[in-house]
Amino acid sequence: MPFRLEPRKTPSHAALYGGPVAAILLTMLTGAAIFAAMGFHGGAAVFQIFVQPLLEPERWPDIAVKASPLVMIATGLAIGFRANVWNIGAEGQYIVGAIAGTGVGLAFHETDGWWVLPLMLAAGVLGGAVWAAIPALLRIRLKVSEILTSLMLTYVAVQLLYYLVRGPWRDPEGFNFPQTRMFTEAETVPNLLEGTQLHWGAPLTLICVIVAWFVMSRMLAGYQVRVVGLAPAAARLAGFSENRTVLVTMLVGGALAGLAGIIECSATFGQLTPQFPLNYGFTAIIVAFLGRLHPIGVLIGGLVLAASFIGADIAQTASGLPQAATGLIQALMLFFLLAVDILVNNRMRFITPLARAS
Amino acid sequence: MLISIVMTLVIAATPILLAGLGELIAEKSGVLNLGVEGMMLVGAVAGFIATTLTGVTPLGYVVAALAGLAASLLFAALTLTLGANQVATGLALTIFGTGLSSLAGAGFVGTTITRLEPFFPAALATHPLGRLVFGYDVIVYLTIGLTLAAAHFLNHTRSGLILRGVGESDASAHAIGYPVTAIRYGAVAFGGAMAGLAGAYYSLAVTPMWADRITAGRGWIALALVVFSAWRPWRLLLGAYIFGAVMTLELYSKAAGFALLPPEMLAMLPYLATVAALAVIALRPSRGRLDAPRCLGKTFQAGA
Amino acid sequence: MAAILDRRTLLAGAAASSTLPFIGGPASAADPLKVGFLYVGPVGDFGYTHAHDVARKKLQEAYGDKIKTNYVENVPEGPDAERVLRQLAQEGNKIIFATSFGFMNATAKVAKALPKTYFEHGTGYMRGPNLATYNARFYEGRAVIGTIAGMMSKSGVGGYVASFPIPEVVMGINCFTLAARKINPKFQTKVLWLSTWYDPAKEADAAKALADQGCDIITQHTDSPAPLQVCEQRGLYGFGQASDMSSIAPKAHLTAIVDNWAPYYIGRVKDVMDGTWKTADTWWGLKQDMVEIAPYNAAMPDNVKKAADEVKNGIIAGTLHPVTGPISDNKGNQKLKDGEKATDQALSSMDWYVEGVQS
Repeated sequence: MPFRLEPRKTPSHAALYGGPVAAILLTMLTGAAIFAAMGFHGGAAVFQIFVQPLLEPERWPDIAVKASPLVMIATGLAIGFRANVWNIGAEGQYIVGAIAGTGVGLAFHETDGWWVLPLMLAAGVLGGAVWAAIPALLRIRLKVSEILTSLMLTYVAVQLLYYLVRGPWRDPEGFNFPQTRMFTEAETVPNLLEGTQLHWGAPLTLICVIVAWFVMSRMLAGYQVRVVGLAPAAARLAGFSENRTVLVTMLVGGALAGLAGIIECSATFGQLTPQFPLNYGFTAIIVAFLGRLHPIGVLIGGLVLAASFIGADIAQTASGLPQAATGLIQALMLFFLLAVDILVNNRMRFITPLARAS
Repeated sequence: MLISIVMTLVIAATPILLAGLGELIAEKSGVLNLGVEGMMLVGAVAGFIATTLTGVTPLGYVVAALAGLAASLLFAALTLTLGANQVATGLALTIFGTGLSSLAGAGFVGTTITRLEPFFPAALATHPLGRLVFGYDVIVYLTIGLTLAAAHFLNHTRSGLILRGVGESDASAHAIGYPVTAIRYGAVAFGGAMAGLAGAYYSLAVTPMWADRITAGRGWIALALVVFSAWRPWRLLLGAYIFGAVMTLELYSKAAGFALLPPEMLAMLPYLATVAALAVIALRPSRGRLDAPRCLGKTFQAGA
Repeated sequence: MAAILDRRTLLAGAAASSTLPFIGGPASAADPLKVGFLYVGPVGDFGYTHAHDVARKKLQEAYGDKIKTNYVENVPEGPDAERVLRQLAQEGNKIIFATSFGFMNATAKVAKALPKTYFEHGTGYMRGPNLATYNARFYEGRAVIGTIAGMMSKSGVGGYVASFPIPEVVMGINCFTLAARKINPKFQTKVLWLSTWYDPAKEADAAKALADQGCDIITQHTDSPAPLQVCEQRGLYGFGQASDMSSIAPKAHLTAIVDNWAPYYIGRVKDVMDGTWKTADTWWGLKQDMVEIAPYNAAMPDNVKKAADEVKNGIIAGTLHPVTGPISDNKGNQKLKDGEKATDQALSSMDWYVEGVQS
């Protein structure tokens, strides 16, 4: 290797803040080149994906709506990742949260009352937490990796969803289509801005971000989580229980994912259908990393990624860019960010013949 | 008809066994590569394009393996050389591979290619039982052969021992003087080549055409399979055939007119079984080394 | 709950930013009419969405510079559809075609919110002053291929690779079976429900399972050509779905039901240009060329071609209705009396199977 990575004594601030910017710029350049090679207007397409959504106020509510579930899930995941607790099953917890909340909604379909929606949301939180508790307990009791168990449970959750909407929960007036009844008004998260999809889930997400930031940076619990992640031996000496940290962070991750699930189901879908799983649980993992596992970073990362989804649709109509290009660009963004991230804690030193000789 | 069911089952099991085998080796060396689905798709599209352009199907398979290998090297560079988080990088690879394959394959929809002929001469396959054993293409036999080779490699060769050592304790291996990073590169590259080959099996054999996301999530099943097999090649083979059986029997039983279980419950089984298997493995006493490689997913730091 | 933020403040911002060069400026009378399309799948699916896109291209050709069509593909059914519909409308598309049933709630919602844009929902049933629906009588095509199946099948058992038991699929199965039974009164149809519109490997396995159960002619209501490939490999016969799939299976492909949306799109866009667009519920079939039968396989015997053409022409002339009584369901109940024809309403809510269907 013509270069060597040397750990820095203190993290480089230039890389910490400049890194994401550099990653996005590199993504835009590479993306433009790839699209140009494919015969599209590379520069225009990239502009439409990254910049145009931010310039069109009519699209801002869309960005917020898209970002809301991503940020909520990622906030919970980031806390866990800091503690080296790898919850890969957020998608499953998201789905189970939606299932739980829908179940409550269907049970109280005839009743009207201000308490129906909060009860659904609470069920969502509980559902997601329970689904996350399974891998958590398996890790605590049996030392089974939560990466694998949480991932497997995601597929179980998807099949459970299919079973419910095709069978017991299918709308009797729905012409045999696999979908539940539409939620009543009492069961729908209210709209925030008329004429858009913006709903009260978005400010709720913002609150979660602020609470998470406060807990992680100012409270002992947050400190414990970070120490368990960075220096497990020291944590043990200090009396911080690793097991409890695993349990709590998994439950928080599951709870937030479940809440995001029922909110999304109620606010934007209006019912439970087989098309409900949109891989938000996996995209949120990327958002967590884009945000460097910091709540505010997660918020910004989520907005950037959401904007790129919206922008990709603009690029489809404006430049004829195929939809598959979206995934490509987002993956590139993450690749560059992960690469640039190294420079935060390491210095790249090129090995010259002189240095090698010494 | 039983013959037909078994043959369908074998064909369904082969690609997930192949991809699973590659991932098994990678994970044995301590690397968790969640990008299997992405690498399979890259292999599927590369293999299909190569075969369509040249008309030579075996070449398609070779190109597919190389494409998968290239994709895995991208992952390896980020995680092994630059120390990036393996989970995030693997997921990014899946998204990347899905998008790239869709873009590359767009111009090739609607064309078809010729499959590989069965490997053994047709004379052997006239009798139904003969067909059961000899009626497959070379990839099926290659996969079984590779499983054998992998089992032998891991358990009876020095190199295999070193690979396992790197996966169990990279610090010790490094202290002894083994090139941990280089070994992991090799394991990951092998994983990529196998994934690419497996993906191509879908676009060149199972349904010889290109369609968006032709692997339909089988890469994730391969990941589950590795865990289900407790990282042992023979169990991987068994698991793949069991998974294949579940997938096949669901359709055959429906066609025959009876449903064993609601299809969704049937589809859940492989994943629930995997979780249960993990729990069972952990409950047993530690002899037999059935745990996950201890360094799985952790970044290796040479200086540490 | 009242909206807290005021849309006017946002719109003021929009007005200010519309001076930026990349965003469209004020429209002038000579600007081409923008027509938007919302697709649930990829244009490369060689099936359902592909057929819509082929029609879109024909539409663009028909009017040249006077219109500008654009599309968004792979839009999941749900909130993303709502967002993209709104986006298409705000980008200036005057008429938007939402091409999948699952877009229904989203289209209805956006149509109500944006009354100045025309929306057309394919295969749905919700309408409004600016929301029309359209569908194709695919079942007429099923009657034609059912006739062919009845004549060409030696085993008398046909396989049906199906997706969801929704009325559209059910009426297709029934028409296929009824037509086949007119030729062979003992014809049986075995149906496999895959719970997906598109999964090539699963569709292939389903075709294999059906073939092993004795089906020697296979049709489908799923979107990929995988079942046809199985037919080709095993020397069986099959039919293409939504598009002519003969390039995939030259020996097995007898014919296909081809979705031809172009005449409808061309007509509706003309209405918009003439200012005469009105909401409607259009359900066209063979007569209006919305459903076409692909060219017959050359290997098909002449008498089969003749019989198929007779059915086709009969439907076009109105002398033959594919679902005419006496018909009993597969549980023995009589559903239609002698000479009674199924109404459009009955078809749209069909949830029973005719005799001979094993589902």
